Amino acid sequence: MSLNKKESSSNTELSQGNTPELPSIASPLNDQQLNQLQQTVTSLSSQQLAWVSGYFWGLSQNQPAAAAAPISQAAAAVAAKPAGKLSIIFASQTGNAKGVAEALEQEAKAQGIAVALYDASDYKGKNLAKETHVIVVASTNGEGEAPDNAIELHEFLQSKKAPKLPNLNYAVIGLGDSSYEFFCQTGKDFDSYLSKLGATSFIDRIDCDVDYEAQAKEWRGKALESVKEALSFGSEAEIVQLPVGQAAVGHSQYNKQNPYTATLLASQKITGRDSGKDVRHIEIDLDGSGITYQPGDALGVWYENSSELANAILAKVGLSGVESIDVEGESLSIHSALVAKYEITSANPQLVSKFAELSGSKKLQKLVDDKDKLREYASNTQIIDVLGEKKTKLTAEELVGLLRGLTPRLYSIASAQSEVEEEVHLTVGVVEYAQGDETRFGGASSFLSHRLEEGAEVKVFIENNNNFKLPQDDNTPVIMIGPGTGIAPFRSFLQERDNRDAQGKNWLFFGDRTFTQDFLYQVEWQKYLKSGLLTQLDVAFSRDQQDKIYVQHRILENGEKLWQWIQDGAYLYICGDATRMAKDVHEALIEIAQQYGKLSRQQAEELMNNLRKEKRYQRDVY
Amino acid sequence: MSKEQQQVLGEVLGPLADNERLKRESNFLRGTIEQDLQDRITGGFTADNFQLIRFHGMYQQDDRDIRNERTKQKLEPLHNVMLRARMPGGVITPTQWLAIDKFATDHSLYGSIRLTTRQTFQFHGVLKPNIKLMHQTLNSIGIDSIATAGDVNRNVLCTTNPVESELHQEAYEWAKKISEHLLPKTKAYAEIWLDGEKVETTEDDEPILGKHYLPRKFKTTVVIPPQNDVDVHANDLNFVAIADQGKLVGFNVLVGGGLAMTHGDTSTYPRRADDFGYIPLDKTLDVAAAVVTTQRDWGNRSNRKNAKTKYTLDRVGSDVFKAEVEKRAGVVFESSRPYEFTERGDRIGWVEGIDGKHHLALFIENGRLLDFPGKPLKTGVAEIAKIHKGDFRMTANQNLIVAGVSTANKNKIEKIAVAHGLMDTTVSEQRKNSMACVAFPTCPLAMAEAERFLPQFVTDIEGLLDKHGLAKEDNIIMRVTGCPNGCGRAMLAEIGLVGKAPGRYNLHLGGNRGGTRVPKMYKENITEKQILEDIDLLVGRWAKERNHNEGFGDFTIRAGIIEEVVVSKRDFYA
Repeated sequence: MSLNKKESSSNTELSQGNTPELPSIASPLNDQQLNQLQQTVTSLSSQQLAWVSGYFWGLSQNQPAAAAAPISQAAAAVAAKPAGKLSIIFASQTGNAKGVAEALEQEAKAQGIAVALYDASDYKGKNLAKETHVIVVASTNGEGEAPDNAIELHEFLQSKKAPKLPNLNYAVIGLGDSSYEFFCQTGKDFDSYLSKLGATSFIDRIDCDVDYEAQAKEWRGKALESVKEALSFGSEAEIVQLPVGQAAVGHSQYNKQNPYTATLLASQKITGRDSGKDVRHIEIDLDGSGITYQPGDALGVWYENSSELANAILAKVGLSGVESIDVEGESLSIHSALVAKYEITSANPQLVSKFAELSGSKKLQKLVDDKDKLREYASNTQIIDVLGEKKTKLTAEELVGLLRGLTPRLYSIASAQSEVEEEVHLTVGVVEYAQGDETRFGGASSFLSHRLEEGAEVKVFIENNNNFKLPQDDNTPVIMIGPGTGIAPFRSFLQERDNRDAQGKNWLFFGDRTFTQDFLYQVEWQKYLKSGLLTQLDVAFSRDQQDKIYVQHRILENGEKLWQWIQDGAYLYICGDATRMAKDVHEALIEIAQQYGKLSRQQAEELMNNLRKEKRYQRDVY
Repeated sequence: MSKEQQQVLGEVLGPLADNERLKRESNFLRGTIEQDLQDRITGGFTADNFQLIRFHGMYQQDDRDIRNERTKQKLEPLHNVMLRARMPGGVITPTQWLAIDKFATDHSLYGSIRLTTRQTFQFHGVLKPNIKLMHQTLNSIGIDSIATAGDVNRNVLCTTNPVESELHQEAYEWAKKISEHLLPKTKAYAEIWLDGEKVETTEDDEPILGKHYLPRKFKTTVVIPPQNDVDVHANDLNFVAIADQGKLVGFNVLVGGGLAMTHGDTSTYPRRADDFGYIPLDKTLDVAAAVVTTQRDWGNRSNRKNAKTKYTLDRVGSDVFKAEVEKRAGVVFESSRPYEFTERGDRIGWVEGIDGKHHLALFIENGRLLDFPGKPLKTGVAEIAKIHKGDFRMTANQNLIVAGVSTANKNKIEKIAVAHGLMDTTVSEQRKNSMACVAFPTCPLAMAEAERFLPQFVTDIEGLLDKHGLAKEDNIIMRVTGCPNGCGRAMLAEIGLVGKAPGRYNLHLGGNRGGTRVPKMYKENITEKQILEDIDLLVGRWAKERNHNEGFGDFTIRAGIIEEVVVSKRDFYA
């Protein structure tokens, strides 16, 4: 008896449900097979049936091309087990990829496609050999690295242990941010690894930028159409329970598409009056929303752009603001569209390239030819200043053609509900800098800190981040490294550990520019030190002395002790800047492992990788 | 177990105050200051160390203007320290000056040098990471800050009179000797701040101060009549220079002055010093030590508010105290030699000394040397220091004397002084005779503004003097102090304002020009507006009714506006 998908897919009629003696789900068997099975089945008692189901299951696991079915298979369904299903694997850091994967799952179910959803960290790479249809939804971390939950799978697929995949049909959707050099790199990697292993792509990979919603939706439609054609029989969808974290979080009706309208309780500057930075402690009221979150999660904030900035941009391209434009089927004035529908602060390489063409600016055209310079320029220049490079009249359509859709900003949550109940706190660095005589502001941060008054409404939603969670065991020691606004989740962690009366030791590393002006939440840490919740707090203030001292220096100074903590099972967390800090800290940790663990460089790196796989080394970097 | 009780001459004073514990447990003023210096989480000092650093010449302070703001910012107060240098007699060389000028600019929050009523300078707003650097910088130019605060004998004052240069030189030498003699001998200061060798200190090493140091702060002066610039009655121990043919021969010893009090506590009061009599020069150090050790043993260690020498005298009797000093010092006080105090202010401008050198006294409002808009005072003094060959003398009136200028240099220095706003002929006599303590924003004890309040207030008073037709030289010794602890010496002024709450002061009247009478409270807790209204009336009467050359303070008493305080304990609150 074979459960080969190729046979099953050719027997479409059987899927119409005209085999009444079998359970009502469709069967992939041909007539002969079905008759044989029916004869056998009718003579079995329920106990025997149960045994047989296990037997068949075991048998199926040794079939090279068989589907890797989830373990929750019901015994009675054995005979009618669908021959082909779609497996969706997500490699997600902040939850965007997971969100897309979940949407895909729902849409597949709605179309009657058998589907299983996997967190990449729970998916065994060798099972790919048993799959027929797989969609990988992959985001990219920091500088082109795989998200923490997919490191293992990512590594496995490029290793010698990876199986050949001649029977696999796959598709990849990548999520990323084109302002980074290694845009959608993880998606590209999965595509190339799977292809090299002999798998066949059934639809071209798509690399989505930060405003991925519409594009992703369209791609999902096409992908599922193609899957449905191949697995053209109905089936009850199989749903795999998601691992850790998910269970603890009550599902809220609110999400990115349907955010909760909350009120701003407080926006308090928490840097001193002489600080070079404006960092805000933001408190938002969730009272009555039923929204819950866990330490480590992020809050998505939908914001509106500044009306003045919209006017300034319109003036730059010779538009008055009243010109109307269609946005997702809605007719709006271009001014309203800029305020509410488009990203009009941060530039990106595509925008610069497009505007270079439209404007004919020699400076920009020169940049377009040098990818590195283009990226650097785009990340350091706001849209209004790109448009200012050469006076160019644009139509409303041309203008929005340059722009990405507005996307919510995600902020690591700085509070724990065990402490603040129905509130959520954020630590927001206000982006603000001088451009000539004018001041440029960040879109979301200036919205939260300058334009939104206390008591005003703000649309928010929770983005779960299962890759940044406290250890389950309260006795586990934790080491938290969070300079700058990277401190946010650790305020949440400590509030949670405090309220849980967790006995594990807590060690915090913090750094910023100056002790007197930039020691975020200083008095709270002092209280935690006094109460004993914080076992140790090490701080580095880069501008308080001639030599710049950063957190990694404090980490190295404490190398021996830190190594001992790791030996004692400590979890390591890093939050904050990805481009420099996270790398430097990682390097410091490797150095410590080499020095105090007497490891080679390679062994130290392996150790860190293992810690990541064991979730003992988690990062929330951006 | 009952707490240890203090007994003096058979009288039980009560259980020891907590400060006695911390001194005892401090291992001769070391405490755990070194650990606190390593603590990067707070800019302040913890527990006992907060008090112990005072014995090393520092106070922990914070910028009170932004205290609330920082609370909201979830930041601790902007902790910093104020350092008060030990400069017996206030003499400082140009080289030293340039070094402290640079340190203030580079490493203090306010960038200023503050001349104070203790005849020394203070740095304000030094952050913890710079404290050791500060002491090491001072040490490299021969300055320390040992015992300029805390329960010890503090910086010894000496009249700055540059005219009688020889007499001043002798008196100044004594001020230095007394300071050294009464200094704590523990090596804690060198160990902690100068990375000195760690040496154990035993009780034998502190023969004068002992393991518990003094019950309370103790202040000493050397004064050359007829000037009373040091304000003897604000001090525990005073050596009044007695000269014969221009040569110093001995001292009259005045004991038990002091101005601090506590609002609402009538067991506390400002008090004049008692005249114990005359001693020859060679008994100076013995008498100094005897007064200090008697106060050490008899002073109240149970109630810090009644711990100063002035209260010990009133408790045990001045005669009993004096007899004990005679016993301990092996002297018998002779009757006082005659002397008179006629003035307290500095003679602003140039004077020529009997040695032919020139001396320029610069009026420094509030003693604050800073580069103000259009008045770069601090730069001006530094420019003078670069070419000056003599020395500088900080006065107890918070002014600065450029002393020992040769005729050749006189014009150059004057030019610099004028160019930097240090010599200003428009400054009135009233302003020169007005003084305020530091108070807000740095002093933690301040209840009301003082330094920042004074300049405009003086302008208002000038207006009143003018309104009532008083001459330019007519003025009132006026002092403002932000709390009742007495740094501004308002309790020896003709008009004394003592801070009570923001914008509110107690108004005292009845001090005299020479500083030998304590003024009494005229009105309590009144606003600036009310004060000016009262002074308007009183100055109007003074202008009309005064006798020839009668000072404002004397007039208020003669006219029955205020009662004279003869014996503080009896009269001050009567």
